[in-house]
Amino acid sequence: MTLSTDATATAPDVVTSFEDNDKKPCGHGRMLRKEDPRFVRGKGRYVDDVQLPGMLHLAILRAPMAHARIVSVDTSLADAHPKVKLVVTGAMLADQGLAWMPTLSNDVQAVLATDKVRFQGQEVAFVVAEDRYAARDALELIDVDYEPLDPVVDVRTALAADAPVIRDDLEGKRDNHCFDWETGDAEATDAVFARADVVVSEDIVYPRVHPAPMETCGSVADFDPVDGRLTLWSTTQAPHAHRTLYAMVAGLPEHKIRVISPDIGGGFGNKVPIYPGYVCSVVGSLLTGKPVKWMEDRTENLVSTGFARDYVMRGEIAATSEGKILAIRTHVLADHGAFNGTAAPVKYPAGFFGVFTGSYDIEAAHCKMTAVHTNKAPGGVAYACSFRITEAVYLVERLVDCLAYELSADPVELRTRNFIQPDQFPYTTKTGWVYDSGDYEPTMQLAQRLADYDELRAEQAEKRARGELMGIGVAFFTEAVGAGPRKDMDILGLGMADGCELRVHPTGKAVVRLSVQSQGQGHETTFAQIVAQELGIPPQDIDVVHGDTDQTPFGLGTYGSRSTPVSGAAAALVARKVRDKARLIASGMLEVSVTDVEWAKGSFHVTGDPTAAVTIQDIAMRAHGAGDLPEGIEGGLEAQICYNPENLTYPHGAYICVVDIDPGTAQVKVRRFVAVDDCGTRINPMIIEGQVHGGLTDGVGMALMEMISFDEEGNCLSGSLMDYLIPTALEVPDWETGFTVTPSPHHPIGAKGVGESATVGSPPAVVNAVVDALKPYGVRHADMPLTPSRVWEAMRGSATPPI
Amino acid sequence: MQVPAPFEYQRVSSVGEAVGLLDSLGDTARLVAGGHSLIPMMKLRLANFEYLIDINELHGELGYVVTEPGRMRIGAMTRHRELLESAELAAAFPVFGDAESVIADPAVRNRGTLGGSLCQADPSEDLSAVCTTLDASCVIRGREGERVVSMEDFHRGPYETAVGDAEMLTEVRFPIRPNGSSAFEKVERRAGDWAVVSAGAAVWLDGDGAVADARVGLAAVGPNTAGIPGIGEELRGKAPTEELFARAGDLAAEACDPVTDRRGSAEYKRHLAKELTVRALRRSVARIGASGAGTPGAVQGTGGEGA
Repeated sequence: MTLSTDATATAPDVVTSFEDNDKKPCGHGRMLRKEDPRFVRGKGRYVDDVQLPGMLHLAILRAPMAHARIVSVDTSLADAHPKVKLVVTGAMLADQGLAWMPTLSNDVQAVLATDKVRFQGQEVAFVVAEDRYAARDALELIDVDYEPLDPVVDVRTALAADAPVIRDDLEGKRDNHCFDWETGDAEATDAVFARADVVVSEDIVYPRVHPAPMETCGSVADFDPVDGRLTLWSTTQAPHAHRTLYAMVAGLPEHKIRVISPDIGGGFGNKVPIYPGYVCSVVGSLLTGKPVKWMEDRTENLVSTGFARDYVMRGEIAATSEGKILAIRTHVLADHGAFNGTAAPVKYPAGFFGVFTGSYDIEAAHCKMTAVHTNKAPGGVAYACSFRITEAVYLVERLVDCLAYELSADPVELRTRNFIQPDQFPYTTKTGWVYDSGDYEPTMQLAQRLADYDELRAEQAEKRARGELMGIGVAFFTEAVGAGPRKDMDILGLGMADGCELRVHPTGKAVVRLSVQSQGQGHETTFAQIVAQELGIPPQDIDVVHGDTDQTPFGLGTYGSRSTPVSGAAAALVARKVRDKARLIASGMLEVSVTDVEWAKGSFHVTGDPTAAVTIQDIAMRAHGAGDLPEGIEGGLEAQICYNPENLTYPHGAYICVVDIDPGTAQVKVRRFVAVDDCGTRINPMIIEGQVHGGLTDGVGMALMEMISFDEEGNCLSGSLMDYLIPTALEVPDWETGFTVTPSPHHPIGAKGVGESATVGSPPAVVNAVVDALKPYGVRHADMPLTPSRVWEAMRGSATPPI
Repeated sequence: MQVPAPFEYQRVSSVGEAVGLLDSLGDTARLVAGGHSLIPMMKLRLANFEYLIDINELHGELGYVVTEPGRMRIGAMTRHRELLESAELAAAFPVFGDAESVIADPAVRNRGTLGGSLCQADPSEDLSAVCTTLDASCVIRGREGERVVSMEDFHRGPYETAVGDAEMLTEVRFPIRPNGSSAFEKVERRAGDWAVVSAGAAVWLDGDGAVADARVGLAAVGPNTAGIPGIGEELRGKAPTEELFARAGDLAAEACDPVTDRRGSAEYKRHLAKELTVRALRRSVARIGASGAGTPGAVQGTGGEGA
């Protein structure tokens, strides 16, 4: 169900009419996804579908414990296995200078452990065998002698003087300190806090979670020793960036490397980093001269690849007694695991956490962050978080609710009273972020209207009188997506701009080549629609090519909701470049001056005479055909561009969640969820709704059940989908979505990213709803995941942090 | 992809053949029925067997629900889905439908079997709690013939049963007594998850409306699914009131032995043992009142009905 600001209905049940998703637009609008015919038939082509002649299979031996010194590795029995072609240890890689590789955060990470294992599941050795069964069997024949070391599991004691030092591989490293980071003005913030009427402090944990895409990570490496060419099929959200990094690390020339990212079964940030397994498959192919496939299993994915969150936050909010928010400050303890594998722009070690001031016009803000190493898997930024914005939004939206609790204020009113006002945009926050555009109050009002907010509060009052537990949670977010301006943002020195190439064929069909790669977002549809809107060529006639470094221009890939803000802008601008050339050719064809032709979608006509027109298809044929073109115009109809965004885009949204809690069992039922998103210009509303539905489901999962947990020894307790719970259709309601449109002023078509909005906005809405339901018990805060047991403990006043 | 260690595989077409193979292979062999517990453990290489004996072809021989005077017999290869869809089972023991509708998911229910569930002997197994509640007995066949053991004797500890290396469970029998009904309550973190705690209850009333007998079976609160014998003694001869249910709930909470894990704290589980016992007893009695016995239409509720 959807509703927009211009809909006349006042009650949500009036607008449940069927939405036709197949409107066949020549441009923006609802249309079915071009890629779906292959996906719904099970005909997607994933990395694991790649079969090459003579292909061998690789399996990785992983550390059984969190922290141990490697005394010896004996591979003789594995070497003797009749189907085994190759066994490689860390020591062998070290001989080639390949035992360590850089991470995306300028740290190093072991490809295979040489000295110590530093987290359970770390890569220790690999086997290449004739089939995947033999490869697995041979792992059991490798004998590793470990000398166990005390693990560092608790982030709060990682910096204790007597804590074991995890990173003794680093010269002179004497502690587990990873980095410190600070933003805002400490002095000014302290001054505002000192004079505030009300100060509310809360300890808030955002537990470690995992993106858990359905398709795990994997690769097929095929090195051709004659040409010296490497072809690498891999599960990557950023094929070009990966290729450059392989070239820099492995010493293979970049033009001899081709990275192909075929259909990807979900990424959510999990497929941004370069994992040791990819490198192992390359080494395996180099050493055997055969193609080598590595596909990790579910457990390997959950225990060793990029996690997300893991912030222990102390948040403080200062306000007047009337409810004017004055300042926010926070101290964050960040668990970065054994290696700092965070995928974020280099100048932003905490990602975009700096937007923790939220959607509010405040006087001062300050954040101090300390990041530490623990004996856990590396990572830090992943899972649809827009580079840590989900942590930031969770912090501020929980704090505002804590303030509402203390002031006995309505959470909608309190937020609305403090919103940045429309005339303040572009708005520079107290931590230096420039919000491009926004108009928050109508978005909040629409959410209230869709939810029937006042009626819900009345129902809640009745239920409370009867001892029933009903909660209404409100969250409002501003996101910062579309990294980013190259003056500020790069990953390992690669600027975050994106290329795009567009070629119109003689018959008027077209191919657009992108640097970004879809993991399910529907790029083959959205980007065809962007070009269609600019050129009037139907989306069906536009082929979208992506995910192959030999076939597409350079760019940094898909994550942080950056595809539409950056690559989408590139697609629109490259289409306009083609249109500009088409105009010149049209003027020749129409035999009038360029200033006398006008564009109407799909054709140029002579000003004042719509019948004297040539279509874009006519122009394409002329561009490639016989006869003269206007003076100085080359044949062909194509263009290319590299788009450097002027700023990030800042979508926003208002979410309202309704929960019921069984007072006897403390089970939470999410009864309703209203999500009103403003992502500027909407290219394909159906795809946007799909993104929102998925993100909301993610949010319910994190709020109620998801967590990667460890025991005291550092063993990961969440190594399967029976232990790491992700929500199903039975845990989520029928989503109610609506939208407002505040275009981005600097994006060529006014679009903002939306892929992660719902994952960012929904966890605080669900948690705020649960905490609101528990108000009769005097509960002001309870940490995720709000499992029945943890809710029951909160009801009894014995809530504890999850870590 | 997770793959098991190498093993030999044999499909059998009779119980005799299965028992014969088990007899010759000893503890290096394992029967596989639905495979939804055994195969995942083998894929993780937590369990390694040299031989797997596939008994799925015995579904014709051991897949049945038969009502006889005074008892119901269910074959060990009867699948969860068949238990869920059996009208006679729903009429006699609504607790089955309650439990089956919250066990795992449809894909698992299409393959998993009653016998497999009991023989896995997971302390969190819902069907074990159901069978304990209904005072079931288990028919075990070996080379020498059949023997019948009670549920109390069947489960020897976590993942351990009375079935010997050269034996197999073939049938589960349930006594049918008049004027009774039953219900099942489960708290789970997510649909398809193992129970945080689950509770089955069965109540029989006498002609005066007092409790003739009552039984409660709990899962996930100790090393075995546990029957609570004291509950029958406490309830017999008394009118089924809320106070009585509460006393039964207290008994259940006292008798169980939960541990803290990621599904919940021991304290919470003990609370649930009480709460779910009360709810299951309440629903059982309400069902007797509604129709003299449970009806198929009454098996849909999963949690909030008694709130």
